[in-house]
Amino acid sequence: MSLNIDLEPIDKVLCVRLEGELDHHTSDSVRKQVSFAIGKYGVKYLVLNLEKLSFMDSSGLGVILGRYKEIKQAGGEMVICAISPPIERLFTISGLMKIIRIEPSEDFALKRLGVM
Amino acid sequence: MTNEMHLSFRAKSENESFARVAVAAFITPLDPTLDELTEIKTVVSEAVTNAIIHGYENREDGMVYISVKIDGDCVELEVRDEGVGIPDIEEAKQPLYTTKPELERSGMGFTIMENFMDEMLVESAPNMGTTVKLKKHLSRAKATSH
Repeated sequence: MSLNIDLEPIDKVLCVRLEGELDHHTSDSVRKQVSFAIGKYGVKYLVLNLEKLSFMDSSGLGVILGRYKEIKQAGGEMVICAISPPIERLFTISGLMKIIRIEPSEDFALKRLGVM
Repeated sequence: MTNEMHLSFRAKSENESFARVAVAAFITPLDPTLDELTEIKTVVSEAVTNAIIHGYENREDGMVYISVKIDGDCVELEVRDEGVGIPDIEEAKQPLYTTKPELERSGMGFTIMENFMDEMLVESAPNMGTTVKLKKHLSRAKATSH
């Protein structure tokens, strides 16, 4: 598969690390696996680490926005970290930059959520 | 430099990455910048995904057709399907507009295509399929067009 999804619960946070390419073909497994893990671990916060994501298109925007809504509805929050300039551009065009919290690294994201 | 290639493949989602890699490889002799290459790969991905999800409504028996022409410093990209077509093209081009919110579609496909390319033309009619024509001038292409 062209996308590797690594899920690690840390306290009340689910760290989601994506490696590879996030497009229409791979976005459905992100939706299913992250939604399942949110329920399984009962986490309140999501940290989405995109450091090793080499490609993303609007299907990625859709699945990210979907998880943002899902965790917000449960009273939680989502932080995205380590985005590349092309992904930042997609976030800016779509308006996601204005609503989702961005941090430079996973450590910063976890600190911001009060876990580290 | 002038060059041309045509590609056709089944409307299966695993072909999205093949399509963008194939187009990127074809335009490599134009010495695109990394940003330009990312933009073109993203645009191919958007147009092919639209053909699969909207044109063929995920029926995998349909075919997607891609043509790429290189003319000097200009890349002309055409992505065509023979699917259900778009009833209202202007509405479909609006940012955040989607007919499939239940599939978590962002509605940003056409907006990204317009943003990343110099020109975009959409030709479509109900049951007549959709053709998206895109053009982009590459910044370093002239230097290599001998």
